[in-house]
Order: sequence, then structure tokens, then C-alpha cells
Amino acid sequence: MADRKRIDEATGTSTVGHEWDGIEELNAPLPRWWLWTFYASIVWAAGYVVLYPAWPMLHSATQGVLGWSSRGALEQAMQANAVRRAPINTAIAATALTDLPAKPELMQAAVQGGAAAFRVHCVQCHGAGGAGVKKLYPSLTDDDWLWGGDLASIEYTITHGIRNPDHRATRTSQMPAFGRDGILDAAQLADVVSHVRVISKQEKPTAASARGDVLFQANCAVCHGASGAGNRGLGAPKLTDSVWLYGGDRASLAATITQPRNGVMPRWGDRLDPVTVKMLATYVYSLGGGEKAAAPAAVSISEGQGVDGQP
Amino acid sequence: MVTPPAEKRLSHKKLERNVSLLGLFALVAVAIGGIVEIAPLFWIDNTIEKVDGMRPYTPLELAGRNIYMREGCYTCHSQMIRPFRDEVERYGHYSLAAESMYDHPFQWGSKRTGPDLARVGGRYSDEWHKAHLIDPRSVVPESIMPPYAFLAERDLYTGDMQNDLTALSRVGVPYSKAAIAAANDDVKAQVDPAAGIDLQKRYPKAQVRDFDGNPDRLSEMDALIAYLQMLGTLVDVEKAAPQDQTAVPAGPQEKAR
Repeated sequence: MADRKRIDEATGTSTVGHEWDGIEELNAPLPRWWLWTFYASIVWAAGYVVLYPAWPMLHSATQGVLGWSSRGALEQAMQANAVRRAPINTAIAATALTDLPAKPELMQAAVQGGAAAFRVHCVQCHGAGGAGVKKLYPSLTDDDWLWGGDLASIEYTITHGIRNPDHRATRTSQMPAFGRDGILDAAQLADVVSHVRVISKQEKPTAASARGDVLFQANCAVCHGASGAGNRGLGAPKLTDSVWLYGGDRASLAATITQPRNGVMPRWGDRLDPVTVKMLATYVYSLGGGEKAAAPAAVSISEGQGVDGQP
Repeated sequence: MVTPPAEKRLSHKKLERNVSLLGLFALVAVAIGGIVEIAPLFWIDNTIEKVDGMRPYTPLELAGRNIYMREGCYTCHSQMIRPFRDEVERYGHYSLAAESMYDHPFQWGSKRTGPDLARVGGRYSDEWHKAHLIDPRSVVPESIMPPYAFLAERDLYTGDMQNDLTALSRVGVPYSKAAIAAANDDVKAQVDPAAGIDLQKRYPKAQVRDFDGNPDRLSEMDALIAYLQMLGTLVDVEKAAPQDQTAVPAGPQEKAR
């Protein structure tokens, strides 16, 4: 078929020499821009192979003269960032958490850093700005604290979490399932609900609430206090105010006493570095409900303090 | 330029008219790509590095993983943290190849509409996962994830976990005979703190508790949350000696994750 090669009259270009039903193919040269790009990419590839990891060998790819690796590049990026943040980070690390509020500039930096970390790690449960999720997760913006609202307590909670079964230092307590496990029958449960509604000033005292008071003293007072003031050492909420995590109406209270939630918060001490935890503590503290550190003798906070020194 | 006639050399014409020859040459061309790109993964250190702590999935986690695949979670969620600062600071240490060694098939994914889940275990409480799966918007207002409320309503089918483990053991997952024999019981034992002690001997670091907040029932929600809560919790990545970092001078390492 080679002899069929001929010059096409219309274009002046040679044909490749084969023909199907009268259709022939022109042997047109490759466009120059394409050809030169092709050669250039070959040259580029040769350079790449020398500079970067390329050929797989016995244990790893050839290293390349630049010594680049994705993990090494990450390490450099992390270090560059650490260096950039070093002045503030070391200053915060060197300052005791409780001394931070006395240094407004450092405190401001810590709060800003905490706000950034909060947006990454905490908003999923505590909501944007720490507003919480109704009936699931507490608001961090009010002055009602389950486990304490001073800086040290907040830092402890963030570091060790709440009810992490595989972590000894975690904050823990367990409200019994009074209804589900039959500790209280339905009538008794309703009486206790009445009593809680009375001490939270939602209902007037009745005979039922008086019966509930007796049951409360026997079953609930050990954690929630005789007057329902709560106990932060055990994360037992104050029952006399109008702030309810799981609802303060009759149905919600009955549901809680029947089967308590015993809410869980992950611990962040393993995931975040101490400075970030410190920043988070100052941010949460700054949201509006931060409390002055309690004097060591403050009974309401320390009476439930465990041997592991939870503040 | 003088070239021998096409018939006398190995020309395209010859290849194109001989299907066996064409097949053979095509195989050679494709094999070169495979040998250079795929084969080395079986021996270079980076992909076969050993890490401590990996264990096969417990039957309940495996059941949860099956639900994860059934519902197509991988189409929006990856399980592969890449070694970039933005990913490491958000999700944690970059993924190591060995962390997927018992995944058949792996769930690395190729697209993130939702966040990466490679280290989601322990990040949220069980209650959060339940609330989030029932109605994602209840906890993440801007979420576009579809709700999976039905998982809490459906009993987990536990009938063939033994077959599941057997199949995996045939492709190299080291389930012992005892583990396979106990699989159908283990799947229930993991939600029962009283019965789970034996399970934890077989599967170190297995989390034994009721996951979906309803101890009376073993639901698909239990299985999926059990799976999510173990993702990325097995390996102590700080101890797994990272390679390829020789080019970087030692210095204070920020633990920002």
C-alpha cells in the first residue's frame, strides 16, 4: 500500500497511503506548539526525577536532591507556624492560668486563640458562641455551672472531660435511673417532680410536694443538697434556679429522673496541647459566666472533691 | 531519510492487523505502569510500616462499618487525613497506611462534602452522634447531611457475623477461630457491660457500653456509633515512628491537633 502515498492536491500535503472507500488520511505534521510542549514536558520530567522522589526502590522511592517529602513539608509548615506563634504561646505557657486575667494583653490573646480553637473543636456541641444546644448540651454563656466556672475548673473539665470511662481523672458521677430501675414508683416519682417544681418556684407547695420532699431528702439530697443547691464536685446541677439543661417542665423532669442523661464530654488533654487548652479555658471563662476562683475553704465546691484532686 | 519498506519492520500496520500481538504489546505497556506505580506499594517502607495497637474490628464495629458502606457514607466522608497543616490541625495526625490494614475495602474516600472521619472516635459523645444522625441540623445548623433517624428504629441484623469474619479472615484479617466462633455473641456483648469483659480480651481497647441510649435494644444506631467511636483510637500515632522526616532538623514540635 506504500505506493498509494501521494500528494493531496487541495492541501499539498502527503497522504499516509491507505484508503477506505475513497477516504484517505493526510499525513499532516504535528502542530509546532504541541510538539514543543511535548518536548518541554520530557525535559521537565527529567528535572523532576532528579529533584523530587521518583523511582521506587527497595525501601523507598529515590529521595531526589531537594530531599522533599510530604511529611517533611508538613513538619516544616507546623514548625514555621509554631515559631510564628511562639512569643505569645510561651508567654501564656509561662503564666499561671489564674494569673492571666491580671495581664490584659495576654488574656486578650488567649481569649482570641481560645475562640479560634473553640470554633474548630467545641461548636459542634456547645454551639456557636457557646450557646449550647437545648436539651443536649449546656450553654457556656450563663453563670450556671455544673462542674465549676472558675478558670481552673474549666481547664480541668476541658483537659479530662466528663464521664470518660477509660480515663481515671475524668469528672464523673452517675445519677441513678430512679424510674427505669424501679427505685421510685410512678407515684413517688411524680411527688419528687412536684417537690423539684416547688423549690424551683414553678409551683406552689402541695401535699404531693411535701411527700416529694421526704423522698428528695432520702434519695436526691446526697448529691443535689438538702435544699437542691447542687454540688459542683459531682456535677449535680442546682435545682432551685430557672436554668434547666434537660428541661424544667413536669414531663422533662420526670423523664430525667426516670432515665438520667449523665451527659458525656470528650477529654481534650490528649488531643490539644496545654496552651490551647489554657486558651480555651480563658475563652469559655470570658463568655460571661466566668467566676473568681473559689477560696480553698469554700464548702460548696470542695465538699465533693475526690481523692484525685478535682477542683 | 531512507527507511525500509513498512512490511519489513515491526510496524503499526503489523500490530493493528494481528490481534494476539496487539494484546501482548498492550499488556506490556499497561504492566510497565503497574510495575512502577502499584507493585512498589507491597515493599516500600512507607506503605508497610508497622504500627502498634491495630486490631481487627469487633463484630459490632464491623456491623457498623457495613452500615457505613450500605448508606454510602464514604461518598461524602473521607477517612484519610493528608499531611497538610490545615488537615492535621483540624482532624489530628495524618493517617498511616497501617491504620487501614484491616479494611476490606478501605474507606479512604475521594471527596469531602462532610468532614474527614479517620479520627472521629472519642471526639463527640455517643449522645451527640445519636442526635446528629437523627437530625444533623439539631447540633450543626449549617449541615447538609441527610438524616438517618431510621437507624435507631431498626434492629441490627446479627445473624451472619461469623460469615463476615470468616470472609475477612480469608483475605488476611487475623481473626482467631475463637473470635469467629464467638462473633454472633460478641456483637451483642459489646453493648452489655456485664458481658463485654471477654470481648475486651479478644479485642483490646474495645469500647463496651450501650451506644444509642436505649439499653433494651440492639439497633443499627448502636453499631454505627460503635464504629464511629473507634475510628482512629487504636494507634498511638506519636509512638509510631514516622519516616521520611529525616530532612527536617529536630526542634520543638507543636502538638496542635
